[in-house]
Amino acid sequence: MVDDKRLTEAEKQEADYFARRMTQASLARPSAGAAAAPVEPPTLFDVQEMELNFGPQHPSTHGVLRLVLKVDGEKILEARPEIGYLHRGTEKLFETETYPMGIPHTDRMDYVAAATNNHAFCLTVEKLLGIEIPRRAQLIRVILDELQRLSSHLVWLGTSGIDLGAVTPFWYAFREREQILDFFEEYCGARLTLNCMRIGGLPFDLTPGWTARLLEFVDDLPSRIDEYEELLTDNRIWKNRTVDVGVISGEECIEYGLTGPILRGSGIAWDLRRAQPYECYDELDFVIPVRQNGDTYDRYIVRVQEMRQSARIIRQCLDRLEAGDIRGKVPRVIKPVAEEVYASIESPKGELGFYCVSNGSNRPYRMHCRPPSFINLQALPRLAKGHLISDLVALIGTIDIVLGEVDR
Amino acid sequence: MKILTPTVLTYLKVVLLVAVVPAVVGFVVVLAERRFMGFMQDRLGPNRVGPKGTLQGLADLVKLVTKEDITPAKAEKAVHFLAPVLAVIPALTALALIPFGPSLRIAPHVSTPLYVTDVNIGLLFILAITSIGVYGIILGGWASNNKYSLLGGLRSAAQLVSYEVPMGLALVAVLLMTRSLSLVEIVQRQDRIHLWFVFPGLLAFFLYFVAGVAETNRNPFDLPEAESELVSGFNTEYSGVKFAFFFLGEYTAMIIISCVAVTVFFGGWLPPFPHVPAFAALKLIPPFVWFFAKAGFFVFCYIWFRSTFPRYRFDQLMALGWKWLLPVALINIVVVALAILATPGSTRGLFVLSWIFGALFVVMLGLAWLRRMLTRRDRLAAVPRGAEETA
Repeated sequence: MVDDKRLTEAEKQEADYFARRMTQASLARPSAGAAAAPVEPPTLFDVQEMELNFGPQHPSTHGVLRLVLKVDGEKILEARPEIGYLHRGTEKLFETETYPMGIPHTDRMDYVAAATNNHAFCLTVEKLLGIEIPRRAQLIRVILDELQRLSSHLVWLGTSGIDLGAVTPFWYAFREREQILDFFEEYCGARLTLNCMRIGGLPFDLTPGWTARLLEFVDDLPSRIDEYEELLTDNRIWKNRTVDVGVISGEECIEYGLTGPILRGSGIAWDLRRAQPYECYDELDFVIPVRQNGDTYDRYIVRVQEMRQSARIIRQCLDRLEAGDIRGKVPRVIKPVAEEVYASIESPKGELGFYCVSNGSNRPYRMHCRPPSFINLQALPRLAKGHLISDLVALIGTIDIVLGEVDR
Repeated sequence: MKILTPTVLTYLKVVLLVAVVPAVVGFVVVLAERRFMGFMQDRLGPNRVGPKGTLQGLADLVKLVTKEDITPAKAEKAVHFLAPVLAVIPALTALALIPFGPSLRIAPHVSTPLYVTDVNIGLLFILAITSIGVYGIILGGWASNNKYSLLGGLRSAAQLVSYEVPMGLALVAVLLMTRSLSLVEIVQRQDRIHLWFVFPGLLAFFLYFVAGVAETNRNPFDLPEAESELVSGFNTEYSGVKFAFFFLGEYTAMIIISCVAVTVFFGGWLPPFPHVPAFAALKLIPPFVWFFAKAGFFVFCYIWFRSTFPRYRFDQLMALGWKWLLPVALINIVVVALAILATPGSTRGLFVLSWIFGALFVVMLGLAWLRRMLTRRDRLAAVPRGAEETA
């Protein structure tokens, strides 16, 4: 019993309780028994591994990623990601709601790229239903996708710059991202969780003047991208920090199932927009940037060049845009036949796919998501091993994860 | 005016320095930093508090002072308390030696030099006392009992020790020219030989300033803080006034590095070209204004670096310090010594050296410009280099 005259009765009880808990805990822990065992006297240079808890409140983990690091000084011996802090059971939620009600849930997965999430979900259900969507809707979808790719890459550019101590590109990137969000806001009223696609097409047509303003923005964009590159691409320190950091070969990428800019940075030209064209990508003219070294710098170059290509794609889509329907023939109640389908698109982060099992009712029996962030994150322990803590920050940035998508 | 004896004046100056410097740091430098960075980053910066945001410093001060002062439960309490004090006092002490200007008449028949004291080992004293400030950071990192702070403290220990060396060696090269450690004498000698030491000591200045930026833990050498890696490193566990002290120490150190750069390399309070008749009009501006203008430029450089450069990695920082700055500093000493020995009794060697360094500088600037243009052209090519399709 704690005996201190300054404490009230309640405080004493509380102190007692905690004292008891502490004893129990120390008894329960296996290490408590080790105290009795003979302990070797520490030598002068007793090199110890330190366990470092990196996150989930760390500023550079891009959300709530937690990494348990084993470090020797600053060298990482082992990095173990602990995920699930943002788990919302999205895949289970899909099962409890009708097909159209699933779209807003996808917004919350990769929350910096909601449009591509919407798109992948809708594409899966459309494949299940066998619906063709009108050409205008296809073009607008591609425009929204590419805008979203731009905005996602801009967030990546800014944040990974900040991770390495370059503050200014962040503000430049967010200046353009703000404009892109304005376009989204004008189109669908939302800036982040867009909910901007529907099964069979689109919810709204474009507002007047939107395309003209977008064209202006896209024409201006290469010069803006130049500004970021001016600060980073040939910067000696930036190169020091990224070249040969986190090298991964193309074969390894495939073994890990990595997709997106990581795969293309390792010399494999795999982009679903070209490999399995959906919507109208097959008629558009664009380059898939590929680099050979598979390090952080090459992934940076790939993403920056992808932004330039996205601008090209948007311009082409705007050229082809004609008046027309924005929704295909969709039944009032969506009740697909019992079937299993998988459809995927190239999201800014890689292959984003949905695997849908339908049992003939108006809700999916099972809706599984293949989130690129989650699968790409697998490579982090492999990439981080042997690097320094400073590099870890660069590596988290280069994988470009969004924890909403990792945890779902 | 019997009251204003030299002793009283000295005390007055000390009080003024200790009272004014925190205010200047808190108001002008921090505001300038935030506004300049805002400008460089295409945003506004703080503009709400007071006219055009000028009172932002006051608001920050009020915030810092009124914040709860937290000491972690398992921290080494005494050291945790002492560390911020250790960080700020040496920095303020070093200010006492900076000659802001020659004698200034402050009342009829009373004039006083604009420095607290002129010590004949001035430069050495500044180097010595500013390195004590390092202990504040190391001890702060260690006493916090936080792994991130510890890493920050260790980083700063290694970094600051490494960069003291090239910094000292860079100054040795200048000492060969000045023949004196007294800061006042250094400025007066630049006046006498009609040459700022930055010209024959261009390389020394470069080394000094790079090492100085590293000494003050500023971008691109802000590894002990490294917000994105170590979550502010050594000062993670500090809040309130203690944090303000670290903050003050860092910014005062920054000012000292700038002031020493001005004094040793840029003629201190001297106006540009004091002996060229065409520029005689520049002498109308009081000397201390010249000093502050020059020092302000270097503080601006700090801010400029911060918004331009990414951060070095630790091993790269060490490599830069030991493999590049140190050998270059040693070579520089030899070169300067040879230039002085070649022309005994005159300063012609220094002038020749100035022209050589100047020419090299212009050539390097030209090459850098050329490289920039070439890479820019590559970037803007329609199909970027290295972007091939093999699908």
